[in-house]
Amino acid sequence: MCLAIPGKVIELYEDHGLRMARVDFGGTVKKACLEQLPEAGVGDYVLVHVGYALSVVDPAEAERTYRFLEQLGQLDELDVPEEST
Amino acid sequence: MKYLDEYRDGQVAAKIRAEIERTVTRPWTLMEICGGQTHSIVKHGVDRMLPPSVELVHGPGCPVCVTPLEQIDKAHAIARQPNVTFTSFGDMLRVPGSHTDLLRLKSQGADVRIVYAPLDAVRLAQEHPGREVVFFAIGFETTAPANALAVTRAAALGVKNFSMLVSHVLVPPAIAAVLEAPGNRVQGFLGPGHVCTVVGYRDYERLADRYRVPIVITGFEPVDILDGVLRTVRLLESGKVGVENQYSRVVSREGNPAAQRLVASAFEVCDRKWRGIGTIPRSGLRLRPEHEGYDAERRFAVDTLETAEPSVCISGEILRGLKKPHDCPAFGEACTPAHPLGATMVSAEGACAAYFAYGRRRTQEMSR
Amino acid sequence: MSEASGFALSCPLPITTTDRVLLGHGSGGRMTADFIARYFLPAFRNSYLDRLDDQAVLSIASARLAFTTDAHVVTPLFFPGGDIGMLAVNGTVNDLAMAGARPLYLSAAFILEEGFPLSQLERIVESMRVAAKAAGVLLVTGDTKVVDRGKADGCFITTSGVGVVAHDRDITAAGARPGDRVILSGAIAEHGTAIMAARAELDVETPIVSDSAPLHELVLAVLDAGGEIRCLRDPTRGGVATALNEIARQSRMGMVLDEEQVLVREPVRGICELLGFDPLYVANEGKLLAIVEPGTTDATLAAMRRRPEGRDARVIGEVVDDPEALVVLKTRVGGRRIVDMLPGDQLPRIC
Repeated sequence: MCLAIPGKVIELYEDHGLRMARVDFGGTVKKACLEQLPEAGVGDYVLVHVGYALSVVDPAEAERTYRFLEQLGQLDELDVPEEST
Repeated sequence: MKYLDEYRDGQVAAKIRAEIERTVTRPWTLMEICGGQTHSIVKHGVDRMLPPSVELVHGPGCPVCVTPLEQIDKAHAIARQPNVTFTSFGDMLRVPGSHTDLLRLKSQGADVRIVYAPLDAVRLAQEHPGREVVFFAIGFETTAPANALAVTRAAALGVKNFSMLVSHVLVPPAIAAVLEAPGNRVQGFLGPGHVCTVVGYRDYERLADRYRVPIVITGFEPVDILDGVLRTVRLLESGKVGVENQYSRVVSREGNPAAQRLVASAFEVCDRKWRGIGTIPRSGLRLRPEHEGYDAERRFAVDTLETAEPSVCISGEILRGLKKPHDCPAFGEACTPAHPLGATMVSAEGACAAYFAYGRRRTQEMSR
Repeated sequence: MSEASGFALSCPLPITTTDRVLLGHGSGGRMTADFIARYFLPAFRNSYLDRLDDQAVLSIASARLAFTTDAHVVTPLFFPGGDIGMLAVNGTVNDLAMAGARPLYLSAAFILEEGFPLSQLERIVESMRVAAKAAGVLLVTGDTKVVDRGKADGCFITTSGVGVVAHDRDITAAGARPGDRVILSGAIAEHGTAIMAARAELDVETPIVSDSAPLHELVLAVLDAGGEIRCLRDPTRGGVATALNEIARQSRMGMVLDEEQVLVREPVRGICELLGFDPLYVANEGKLLAIVEPGTTDATLAAMRRRPEGRDARVIGEVVDDPEALVVLKTRVGGRRIVDMLPGDQLPRIC
C-alpha cells in the first residue's frame, strides 16, 4: 500500500488558503498539497501520495545511506551505519 | 528519476544480496507489513534474490484487502442511490462485497468515479451542487492526512453535498495481532515506510520492546527492501531487538507532527473489523463527533445490512503470514483476479493477487 | 483451517458470472480474450478466424489480400499528438501492415451523437484526410449514422481496410520458435499515457504525445531486408505485455524479456509511477514488435533504425521452449517475474 513517489517542487502557490505546489516527476508535473510541509521549498524533493506531500527527501541522509550500500563488500569489517535520529 | 532509479540499480542490489548471504547462518522468517512492499518484492523479483534460508511472508498491510465486508456493502448500497456520485480510489473498484462490486454497479448505471486525490472528490462536490458526492476514505496512516484534509477542507469551504464513508485501519495493532496469534512464525519485520513518514516510529519501538522483535522501517524500492532485509537479518543474527530506520531519507522518529495534528482534528481511534482477520480493538479511525455531518454512514442510513460471510478461503491465514497463496486449494483455480474469492486476491497488491499476476503459481523455482 | 483466539475468517461470495457487458471486456486483456472465445468464436469458427491475428489474409483469385476492421471509441476525441480520426486511419493501416501487406483501401463508418459539434467533426475528417494521404491509402466507401444524445461519446468510428500481400510469407502469431529474437521498434506507453494525461480530471501537465503513426513502410523495409520474419504485432491496447502473451499462447512458446532493454521515456515513467501503472500494459499506436529468426536480427535492426519510427529499435528478448507459454521478465534489479495478461484494465491505485 502507500504508493508514494518522490518529485521535485518547481512552484509553490496558494489555492484558497491551502499551500500547494507543482511537483515534477521526471517531466510530468502534478499538483500536490504541501500544507503540512511548511519548510519545503522550490527545488526540494517531496514524497507524494494521493496528491498529498508526506515528507521532504533529505538529500544528505539519502547520500549517506546509499554511499554505504555501494561500498558493501569492500570493507573488511561489517559496519552498521550510525543512526542519525 | 531521482530518488527512484538508483534504488533499482542492479549492481547495488547484487552487493546487498551478497552481503545477506554472507550474514545468514540459519533460517529466518521475516514479514513485510506493507502491501506496497509486497507488490514491489514480487514485481522486481526480490524474494527470488534472497538465499533460501530467508523467508519473506506477506502481512496484512493492504488496506484494500482488509476493508471489512460491512463497509464494502455500505459503499455499494450508497453507490446504488440515484442522486449519489460515488468516488473512490481505483483500488476499490473491483473489490467484491456480499453481492456485487463497484464496477458492476457502474455497468448497471451507478455514477461511480475514480479519483486520484481525496480533494478531487471535494472539488467534484463543488462543481456538481445537485449531486450527493460520497468519498470512500480507506487506507492506513499514510492516507489519513489526505483524507482528513478532504473533510476539514469541505467544512472550511462550506461544501454541504459532500460526505465520506470511512474505513481507515492502523498498522501497529495488526502487527500485535500477528505476533500474538498461536503458530506465529514471524521473527522480524520490515516496517511500513510511508506510514512512518506520517506517524514516526515510536509506536514501533514499543512493539519491538514488548514482543522482543527487530523491526526495520523500510522503503519500497528493491534496494530499500534488500537493505531492510539485510539489517533485519543482522539484528536477528546478533540477537538484538528494537527498531532501525532504513528509510531515513524520508522517515524520522517523530514523523510529521503537523500531519498528525491534522489527522487528530478529523479522526479518532475506534475498533475495526479486518476482513480475513476479525475485529482488532482500537485498530481503526472514524470521523470525530464534530464532523458527523460529513459521515456518509449517517447521511445514508446504511447500518442495517445483511452481510454474507461463508469461509472458503484462507485469506486470514495468509494475512497473518501462516500460509502462502499457493497453499490454498482455490488459488489460481476457483479464485483468480478475474473472480476473486477473498481479501488477498481482490487487491492488486494483496499477496494472492501479487503472486498470481507475477506468476507464482507453482511452488518449485523457475529454472530460467 | 483452525480458528484461533477469536479471529474469524471471512470471505465474500464469489461473483462467477455477469449477465452484462463490463468495461473490462473491452480492455484487451484476459477478460477480452475470454469474452471473444465465449461469445464470438463458436458462432463463426473458421481457419482464418481461429488464428486470432489482427487481420485475415485471404486468397482471392490469384491474389493474397489482407482484410481487417477496427472500432475506435477513444475518449477524449482530441489528445496530444492526435485525435480519433488519425487513430482510426493509422490503426487500420497498421493491422494490415502486420501481415506484411501494403494497405490500399479503407472504409469508414461514423456513428455520431446528436448535438456533436460539426466543427469537431471537420477537424476529425481533416485529420483522417492527412493521415490517409501520408499512408498512401484511399477512403473508398463509408457510412454515417446519428444516434440520440447520450448514446455515443460524440463520435465513434469503425474502419475496415484491405491491402495486398505481395510476399508469400506466413507471418502469424503462431509462428514463433525457440531462439527467435523479440525486437521492439522504440519507446513504449506513449499513446496510453497521452490519453490519460488528456483526461481533465487527472489534472496533469506533461510533454507526452501519442505515438500514433503508420507502420507499413517500416514493416516493408524489414521484409525487404530479407530473412525469416516469424511474427509482427503492433502492441495497442493491453500494451507490449498483452501482445507478447498472445503470441506466446498462439505459438505455444515461452519468452524471456530483459527489462533493461525496454525503453520508457522519463515523463512516461513519471506518470506511470504516479498512478501505479506498469508501462508494459499501456497502449501504443506507433510501435512494432517483430519476432525474427536469430540470424535475421542484425538485418532487421538495421532496417528499422534507418527509418525515423524505428530509430530506437532494440532486441528486448528471446523466445524459449516452454509448454506453459509463460512470458518471463528479467528485472533491472536482478530478479525475475512472470508477465501475465491482466484480467481487465489497469486502474490507478493508491496502494
